[in-house]
Amino acid sequence: MERAAFQRLRWRCTRRGLLEVDVTLGRFLEEGFGKLSAAEEQAFVELADYDDLELWHLISGQKACEDTRLAPIVAMLQQCRGNAATAA
Amino acid sequence: MNIPVYKFDAVIVGAGGAGLRSAIQLSEAGLKTAVLSKVFPTRSHTVAAQGGVAASLGNSEEDNWRWHMYDTVKGSDWLGDQDAIEFMCRKAVEVVVDLEHYGMPFDRTDSGKIYQRPFGGHMSNFGEKPVRRACAAADRTGHAMLHAMYQRNVKANTQFFVEWMALDLIRDSEGHVVGVTAMEMETGQVVIFHARAVIFATGGSGRIFASSTNAFMNTGDGLGMTARAGIPLEDMEFWQFHPTGVAGAGVLITEGVRGEGGILRNSNKERFMERYAPNAKDLASRDVVSRAMTTEIKEGRGCGPHKDFLLLDITHLDPAVILKRLPGIREISIQFAGVDPIKEPIPVVPTCHYQMGGIPTRYDGRVVAPGADGASTVVPGFFAAGECACASVHGANRLGTNSLLDLLVFGKSAGDTAVEDLKAGHAHRDLPADAADKARARLDALNERQGGVSVAEARAAIAGTMQAHAGVFRFSDLLQKGAAQILEVEKMVHNLEIKDKSQTWNTARIEALETQNLIEVAKATMISAEARKESRGAHVRDDAPDTPEFPNGRNDKEWLKHTLWFREGNRIAYKPVHLQPLTGEPVALKTRSY
Repeated sequence: MERAAFQRLRWRCTRRGLLEVDVTLGRFLEEGFGKLSAAEEQAFVELADYDDLELWHLISGQKACEDTRLAPIVAMLQQCRGNAATAA
Repeated sequence: MNIPVYKFDAVIVGAGGAGLRSAIQLSEAGLKTAVLSKVFPTRSHTVAAQGGVAASLGNSEEDNWRWHMYDTVKGSDWLGDQDAIEFMCRKAVEVVVDLEHYGMPFDRTDSGKIYQRPFGGHMSNFGEKPVRRACAAADRTGHAMLHAMYQRNVKANTQFFVEWMALDLIRDSEGHVVGVTAMEMETGQVVIFHARAVIFATGGSGRIFASSTNAFMNTGDGLGMTARAGIPLEDMEFWQFHPTGVAGAGVLITEGVRGEGGILRNSNKERFMERYAPNAKDLASRDVVSRAMTTEIKEGRGCGPHKDFLLLDITHLDPAVILKRLPGIREISIQFAGVDPIKEPIPVVPTCHYQMGGIPTRYDGRVVAPGADGASTVVPGFFAAGECACASVHGANRLGTNSLLDLLVFGKSAGDTAVEDLKAGHAHRDLPADAADKARARLDALNERQGGVSVAEARAAIAGTMQAHAGVFRFSDLLQKGAAQILEVEKMVHNLEIKDKSQTWNTARIEALETQNLIEVAKATMISAEARKESRGAHVRDDAPDTPEFPNGRNDKEWLKHTLWFREGNRIAYKPVHLQPLTGEPVALKTRSY
């Protein structure tokens, strides 16, 4: 992904209405995004465009992701976890 | 340098609840209105407000604005201005009905009225028993509100500038506010928005603390711009905290966890609440628990490499109980602490949640500052509403569901007052020749500086200093050290360096600009807190304890007054609390107890 597009995505992932989404998407950009295929990148961009509450319901498992293209990305976000012992 | 000038009747900075509500008034009055926002409006932090909006509709049982006013004054620990509180509580019904007309999907009773539920601190008959006053749209009240108001603005032709960052307020030689400078993130272009009225609705600034429930965008941009324009910030020592946010992330762990048997432990695995509250233990009130946790950390019994968090232990509970009674807690803990609470305790720390202080305003939304004679004087052309403003309705402590009410009532009020001004018909005042100079100079310095301090380092220094010295429970020695330390941190902020010098989509530059706003909020908070030598509401000091002479440590004789912090020279001044409501008798001073 070219620089400006990535920076825009970074802004849109880390300036959300909900802290939970800021933290999760921000962490994924650092740790997981670089390993995605072009198709997965596209799916992530689509997912990042969801409303905050909707996205948080998917990440926290309160709702199942029914879109088969996006579900694997949701699963990756769920696996992208924090560690308070090092973060704090 | 030639900087483009965009001319509007009104410019609103911030597109959360308060900004959108103001914009509706202006656009529907036919005025040319611009709204600038760092993010798409429906992604504003208002979305995080789930509890509801308080209004004494009396749909579920008898209620009355006077009871709501009493609760709000008491909640504020008598620091709230009673004229503004009366105004807010009386207008509550009207702004909820407005929302209904905008299509807000409120929960309903069987008979079709707006359903209302009880919420902490809201009582009937002057504090007698809980009353159902909160109007909600399931657990997505803020979300539904943003969507309803955004749609209404689109219909009214409000012009949105999304992914724009306001840089500085523009005042002319007579002190009138005549616009703002702003930068488009995509192009990096700086533009002057020339306006007859400017409304700030930039939300809270909770990112000054290391542990905060606030979204990353809450960097106090409106407060930074206001302080740099020579206007003071009011009551910045008052911040609401929650005892248990996940350490390192800030995400809340509900108090229900302790209700179900959760135990707080220190680095020695000790159940320390037994020492502080032998009877209630972990179920003691929010402030007692927060105070005990802060004391444990201060005395070196915190956990982790930096000894800066404690542990919330539910490993002794039946996993079936955890899953049934505390839904979502296991997921939050795994997601944000990397810990399965069935097997390991959750790292937690008192966490900042809401800013009671802000830009000093009256209940009509006008910004006020001391004039030459020291009396409050209107700053012409300047308005503020919502969490960034201090009307002051929350005083020293906010009641739940009054924040959404605040942004609706004062968003509308600021919009209405601006409409009145603009309909009275004065033309745009001339822009000063140096309108964009200050903003340009800051940007140039960031573009040119080599070998300075990184944004990440400066932010960590701000957040660490605030958390350690001006947290939920405050110690005289720490406040003094903190006041000196934050001025050292300010030097780091004056020396920020960004590696990325590109013009388009330069998020490093935007984060540096945010940091320059954060430091103003941090200084205001620390210096105001150090100066206030009493305990009141959310500001609790170890050297102002509960005594017969000063119940809860509150000292009305000396401290029943609002703080004003001025950026220049870090000067502190005070102004009286408005104890006289608009009508009727004041709510008389008494000890706050529930």
